[in-house]
Amino acid sequence: MRVVILGIGNILMSDEGIGVHAVEALQQRFLLPDNVEVVDGGTTGMELLPDLQGAHDLIVIDAVRVGAAPGSVVRLEGEEVPAFFKTKLSPHQVGLCDVLAALRFSGGAPERVVLIGVQPVSLEMAMELSPDVAAKMDRVLELVTEELAAIGSPARARV
Amino acid sequence: MATRITIDPITRIEGHLRVDVNVENGKVNRAWSSGQMWRGIEQIVLGRDPRDAWTIVQRICGVCTTVHAMASVRSVEDALKLEVPLNAQYIRNMIMNAHSIHDHIVHFYHLSALDWVDVVSALKADPAKAAQLAESLSDWEGNSRHVMADVQNRLKTFVGSGQLGVFTNGYWGHPAMKLPPEVNLMAVAHYLQALEVQRYANKIVATLGSKTPHIQNLAVGGVSNPISTDSQSVLTVERLLLIKEMMDKLGSFIRNCYQVDVAAVGAFYSDWTAIGAGVTDYLSVPDMPIDTKCTKFMTPGGFIKGGDLSTYKPITSYADSYFRDGVAESVKHSWYKYSAGAGALHPWKGETTPAYTDFQDDGKYSWVKSPTFYGKPAQVGPLANVLCGVAAGHQPTISHLNRMIDTVSQLSGTKLPISALHSTIGRHAARAVRCGVVYESLQANWQALMENIAKGDVATFNKPVFPKGEIMGVGLHEAPRGVLSHWSVIKDGKIANYQAVVPTTWLAAPRGEDEAVGPYEASLLNTPVADPERPLEVLRTVHSFDPCLACAVHLTDKENKTVVQVKAL
Repeated sequence: MRVVILGIGNILMSDEGIGVHAVEALQQRFLLPDNVEVVDGGTTGMELLPDLQGAHDLIVIDAVRVGAAPGSVVRLEGEEVPAFFKTKLSPHQVGLCDVLAALRFSGGAPERVVLIGVQPVSLEMAMELSPDVAAKMDRVLELVTEELAAIGSPARARV
Repeated sequence: MATRITIDPITRIEGHLRVDVNVENGKVNRAWSSGQMWRGIEQIVLGRDPRDAWTIVQRICGVCTTVHAMASVRSVEDALKLEVPLNAQYIRNMIMNAHSIHDHIVHFYHLSALDWVDVVSALKADPAKAAQLAESLSDWEGNSRHVMADVQNRLKTFVGSGQLGVFTNGYWGHPAMKLPPEVNLMAVAHYLQALEVQRYANKIVATLGSKTPHIQNLAVGGVSNPISTDSQSVLTVERLLLIKEMMDKLGSFIRNCYQVDVAAVGAFYSDWTAIGAGVTDYLSVPDMPIDTKCTKFMTPGGFIKGGDLSTYKPITSYADSYFRDGVAESVKHSWYKYSAGAGALHPWKGETTPAYTDFQDDGKYSWVKSPTFYGKPAQVGPLANVLCGVAAGHQPTISHLNRMIDTVSQLSGTKLPISALHSTIGRHAARAVRCGVVYESLQANWQALMENIAKGDVATFNKPVFPKGEIMGVGLHEAPRGVLSHWSVIKDGKIANYQAVVPTTWLAAPRGEDEAVGPYEASLLNTPVADPERPLEVLRTVHSFDPCLACAVHLTDKENKTVVQVKAL
C-alpha cells in the first residue's frame, strides 16, 4: 500500500515553509519503509496529481489557518481537511483541496488523508522558520511517525 | 445606479490578486487591479552567489517554478557573456516547452473552462448526441458514446454526493452561460482526459529536470545532466525514447482535443471577440535558442504598436539593446517608494522599498509595480507572441492560427478576421495556438538533441568564472504567461541587485507614471456584467490572461471567507 508524505509551502516566507522543512528533517532523521514516498510539493497545485494518485494514505504537512494560537500544532483527518473552494482569480488558489477534489472526481483519490498543520507565527520574507515554529519540529515529526506506525509502515530513527 | 464590485479571494495574511470594478448601466466603467502581497523576494538573493540564485528564485512562484530558474541562469550568463553548449540549449528548450504545454492545458481545462462550461447542465445532455458532435469535430479517441455516458454517470454520482469539489463555486445557470448541454458534457469529458494527459508533460519536465516541481539540473553555464550513450544513471538514449512516447500522446491531445475545444467555445461565444481587448501594444521575446550565443531562435519575438502587425519590430537576440533599454518600472500607484522620488526606474537601478498606504482609488493601491516599454504599458502573453509570430512570418504560428480560425469560422458560420484575436476569447485562442507551436518546438529540440549526441557531442556545461568589479545581465524567457525578465547586478562575484519583472506585473499593473491604464484594467472597461453578485464576466476576462502573481502562499485555510463584495455607490 502506497503511502505519500507531502510537505507543502513556500520556504521563502519563513513559517509558510514548515511543510517542506519538515519532510527534509523527516528524511534526515528517519529511515522510511520502501512503500513510503516523501514529496516536497513546494507551492504547486495540479503538478501534484501524479504523485498523489493511487496513494492509499496521504499525510500532508502544511502551515494552516485554523484560528488557533500561533505555533499550535494540529492534526486534521478526513472530512476535517477542508474541501471547499473559492472563486479563483489565479492558479495560486488551486491548492491541495482542489487537487484532492479533482482526484475524487477522476478516480484514484487517497483512501485516507491526514493533515499535520502548524499555525504560523511569521510569514516574513526569510528562509528560516521563526524560533517558536522551529521549536515545534520535533512535535510535528512525532505526529508523522505516530501516523506511520498506526498504518503499519513505521519509520526507524537513524542512528 | 452605479455599483462597486470587489473580488478578493484572500484576506488578512495571504495575498494575491484583488480586482475592483465600478459597474454602471450594466457595464464596467472603471477597474482597479491590485496585487495584495509584498513581493520582496529580490532581497533574499542579495549578497548570495549568482550560481545559487536560480534555486532560490524558482521558489518565488508555485505555478511557474521552472521559468524563474531559467530566466535567472540566463541573467547571470548574460552578465558573464557565457556561452551555453548546444546540448544544454536543447535540454533547456525541451523543459520549457513541456512546462508551457502543461501550463496551457491546465489553465484552459482546470482554471478557466468552468467560466464558459456549465457542469450541471451536462447532466441534461444526451450522451449519444454529445459523442456525435465531438466525433464530427475531430477524431480524438476519447469522444465515444461510451465515454460520454460514463462521464455523465460519474458526474451524477459526484454531484449527488454533494461533493462538487472543484466545481463548488461555478456559476451554474448564469445568464452568460450559453453552451448546449451536449457541448458542456463534451467539455467535462475532456476536462477529465486533460487531467490524465497533463501528467505526460509533467513527466517530461521531471525526466529532464531530474525532479519536479522544482527542477534540479540547471546550472549557470548549461545543465548538470551528463549525457551518456551507455550509462544508466544519466541522460541516456533510452530515456530520450521514453520522452518521445510521452510527447506523442501530448501532440494528439493538443491537436485533436485542446485546440478543437477552444475553437468550439470561441464559436459559441463569438460575442466575446468584441470584449476585453484592452492594451493592444504587444510585447514578446524570442525563445528556444538554437546556437550557443543566443542569437538564433525557434520562436520570434518583438513589439507591435496599436494592434497593427505592420508596425512589428523584432528583438533579435538576448543582447538586443532594443529590449534592455526599453523597460522601466513606475511605483506612482504602487506601495513602494523610490529614493529619487517620482519617475520610473530601469530594473538594473530598481528598488524594492515598501511604502504601504491603504487601498486608495486615486493613489497607491497595489503591491505590483507598473512596467512600461518605452514609457507605455504593453500586453504580454501568448496573444502577443502569436501576433509577433504572424508579423514575423513564423510558419508554425501561421499554420496553427489558420487552422484555429478555420475551425471557429466553420462552426460559427462566419469568417472571423484576425482582429477578433484582440479580445478575451482571442487570448484563449492564441494560447491554444501557442501550445501547438511549442509542441512542434519540443519535437524539433528532441530531434536536434538526438542528432547532436549522435555526432559525438556530449558537452552540457561551460564553467562560469566571475571577475572582480561590477557586471550586469538580463535573462529573458517567453514564459507561458509572457515576457519574463530577470535583471541582475553582480559585484565581485556576489549579487548586488536583483529584479524580476514577471509577466503578471506587465498585465496586472496599476496605472503608471502618466496614468496610462495597464492590460487587466483596460480590458475590463465596457465588459458587460449581468449580475453584480455573480460577476462571471469579470472573471472571464481576468482569467483569459492566466493570472499568476509571483507570490505563492499556500496556507491551508479552514476559515471560509466571502469572496465577492458588492456595494451601491
